[in-house]
Amino acid sequence: MTLQQPVKFYQTGTFTVGNRLLAGHARAVQANMRRTNSLNSGHRACQGCGEALGARYAIDAAMQASGNRVMAVNATGCLEVFSTPYPETSWQIPWLHSLFGNAAAVAAGVSAALRVKGRKDVKVIAQGGDGGTMDIGFGCLSGMFERNDDVLYICYDNEAYMNTGVQRSSATPPAARTATTTAVGQQPGNVFGTGKNVPLIAMAHHIPYVATASVANLRDLEVKVMRAMGVGGARYIHIHVPCPLGWGSAPADTIKVARLAVESGLFPLIEAENGEISGRYKLRRRVPVEDYLKLQRRFAHLFGKETDVSTIAAIQAIADRNVSVFGLAD
Amino acid sequence: MKKPFAITLDTGSSLANHTGTWRTERPVYVDRLPPCNHACPAGEDIQGWLYYAESGEYKRAWQELVRNNPMPALMGRVCYHPCENACNRASLDEAVNIHAVERFLGDEARKHGWKFEPAARPSGKHVLVVGAGPSGLSVAYHLARLGHKATICEAGPLAGGMMRFGIPKYRLPRDVLDAEIQRILDMGITLRLNTRVDDILAAMKKSGFDAAFLAVGAHVAKRTDIPARDATRILDAVSVLRGMETGERPQLGRRVVIYGGGNTALDVARTAKRLGAAEALIVYRRTREQMPAHDFELQEALDEGIMVKWLNTIKCVEDTTFTVEKMVLDSKGFPQPTGEFDTIEADTLILALGQDVDLSLLDKVPGLAIEKGVVKVDRNMMTGYPGIFAGGDMVPSERTVTVAIGHGKKAARNIDAWLLGSVSAAPAKHEIARFDLLNTWYYSDAPKTVQPMLDIIRRQSSFDEVQGGLNEDNALFEARRCLSCGNCFECDNCYGVCPDNAVVKLGPGKRFEFNYDYCKGCGLCAEECPCGAITMQAETI
Repeated sequence: MTLQQPVKFYQTGTFTVGNRLLAGHARAVQANMRRTNSLNSGHRACQGCGEALGARYAIDAAMQASGNRVMAVNATGCLEVFSTPYPETSWQIPWLHSLFGNAAAVAAGVSAALRVKGRKDVKVIAQGGDGGTMDIGFGCLSGMFERNDDVLYICYDNEAYMNTGVQRSSATPPAARTATTTAVGQQPGNVFGTGKNVPLIAMAHHIPYVATASVANLRDLEVKVMRAMGVGGARYIHIHVPCPLGWGSAPADTIKVARLAVESGLFPLIEAENGEISGRYKLRRRVPVEDYLKLQRRFAHLFGKETDVSTIAAIQAIADRNVSVFGLAD
Repeated sequence: MKKPFAITLDTGSSLANHTGTWRTERPVYVDRLPPCNHACPAGEDIQGWLYYAESGEYKRAWQELVRNNPMPALMGRVCYHPCENACNRASLDEAVNIHAVERFLGDEARKHGWKFEPAARPSGKHVLVVGAGPSGLSVAYHLARLGHKATICEAGPLAGGMMRFGIPKYRLPRDVLDAEIQRILDMGITLRLNTRVDDILAAMKKSGFDAAFLAVGAHVAKRTDIPARDATRILDAVSVLRGMETGERPQLGRRVVIYGGGNTALDVARTAKRLGAAEALIVYRRTREQMPAHDFELQEALDEGIMVKWLNTIKCVEDTTFTVEKMVLDSKGFPQPTGEFDTIEADTLILALGQDVDLSLLDKVPGLAIEKGVVKVDRNMMTGYPGIFAGGDMVPSERTVTVAIGHGKKAARNIDAWLLGSVSAAPAKHEIARFDLLNTWYYSDAPKTVQPMLDIIRRQSSFDEVQGGLNEDNALFEARRCLSCGNCFECDNCYGVCPDNAVVKLGPGKRFEFNYDYCKGCGLCAEECPCGAITMQAETI
């Protein structure tokens, strides 16, 4: 029989990965028994790795959107190292690695070569971590944006150089402890007022599409990848991927931590077209930042013998500002 | 093989790298017992039938339902739904309106004329059932499904027992009751009305029954000694409600006093109101909190204009003048007389002080244990006399239709085992799916659907059904509010969130399995499972 009522209850159409009450085409790519598993089993990422999860989510969706015609260029980083220890590879797509800082430039070159060869069917994706994207590869990235090269660049942001031993990057949040921002002294952890917001910088290039996404919101992430794959030119998606090792969170809590980052307002989910914000995820159950910080040992110094109320308040202020600037609450 | 410059090894897939060796804990799929199923006195698999209702497969849902309870339309109306009190969704927003969906399924069955599956191959055994109330009908139904012949002897003129002679029409319309009874009888069950069994052993011997199930109910009204003039009209609730069915409409007068605080007191008060009593006053010696009647029923009665005099006892009656004494609760919560008296004017007194069981048919049976007016049975519902089983109001238990139906089912299984010379062993119960085992993030907010109520004027003047049912749209909505506590509903979360693709999806209805070659034991699947159907177990190292 046909169902009169739109499916939005019970397991719901959007919160879980799948939903037996939905038609096949309305389900997530990740619910499909024949998803491509672009990043296959046997990779050497840590237990509960958010980046491995985010990469499979994103590339599987891109494969679906392009009829399995995707080539990926990878910056140096965890994703590259854990997926391709010589002579093995976990990738089930054409995949290329060159250097730490040049993924955007190499991808631009691959895209140019395909254009010369008349291969309009093949889509190029560049991907890297926050270090390779925001610090070391930033010049190449900006160049790819300003030339509007036909590349989707995906940044998996785990907020530090995890592969080399958890050193601070320009994505490391204030107060977070890393190997280079130790939790000692007057202002323990990473310094307030540093770092940069690359999605906003990407928007400033007026490229066709920019979005932020999180492993905690699969349906939103897939929609954004599909949308990005549907347009030409330079596109940028920034995915928040918790790192159990670097953040000191339980491997089982990866998605919970990512969800709390979103629901606290610390990691806003937005999208922008041609430099203008065109969409935002409204917080479903807003939580105080403590809920997010408490699950991570990199913030443990805030919850020592005495709770560091003023630092937590400063982090809450960042979240509150995000909520008001991006309009995350009704 | 010639390799390129500086390449010395053959390249290959990472599938060669069995990351499962990292694991210290392994995820395991489990089935847990949903609290609704656990709480159901009739032993229904509520979550099981809601599963089909969620996708609009109402017939399949009904078939699943009647595996345990043959009377869903009735049950959805009169059950006090302990399932909903146990429902985990109550901790999220409001409990799933289970009884309303059950009623909807029962009404669909009646509308479309759905029939039970034919009985199993005949066993040649014949069981005597005494009493055609919920317990007797339930046992006959389940025995028929197991292939045994059942003959029901009913002392009354109609089948249904207390469902007919105790529950008023405005709560249980008689066409609903008749249809569900007829569907059971259609399985080939013999019903003998107006057939009182006075001596159970003689009755069994006479017709060669292999076993018997007794469910005679509690139809004898308890009395109390209230000094009264002969002119005073004193009735008991059981005969008033019975009279409503047998056509002798009781003449109650304009002002009626009901003495008692149970559901029967409310039923008879609301009946009196409908029969035209201007005043229906309940006198109860304790407080509202201590009243055994359900609060929602009291509220419905109050809405209809029933009045209650709390903390009062009736001392004596002279014609139409009732003397009542005020009570106070002592430190232990028991009512104590105060010596303060008051008078009420009324035409009729109806006693609703509880009911006893007429156990005379057991007088000649040796080996029985009778305690507090009811027959003791063992775990298998068998009395002290081998082959004689009993259930419903005549055994120690809560006296509700649902409990009685549950007794019937349990007894049928045990009678079946006894007839085959074995003992029925119920499978071990799973661990209960507690609320804290769920990940409720994944359930969206969906408030409970409210059933329509008949307007108050018609409730005071007619015996039309008070509570309405759900329609197809909101029944579907309501069914989908089920959280599927403790049992996989194939939401694909585990399959999606595994960073190592170590969850294998087996296809619709087949659930999932873990590929332990690659599972690193991170526990994400267990953490993100909405319904608590995955547990982590330590690896033996």
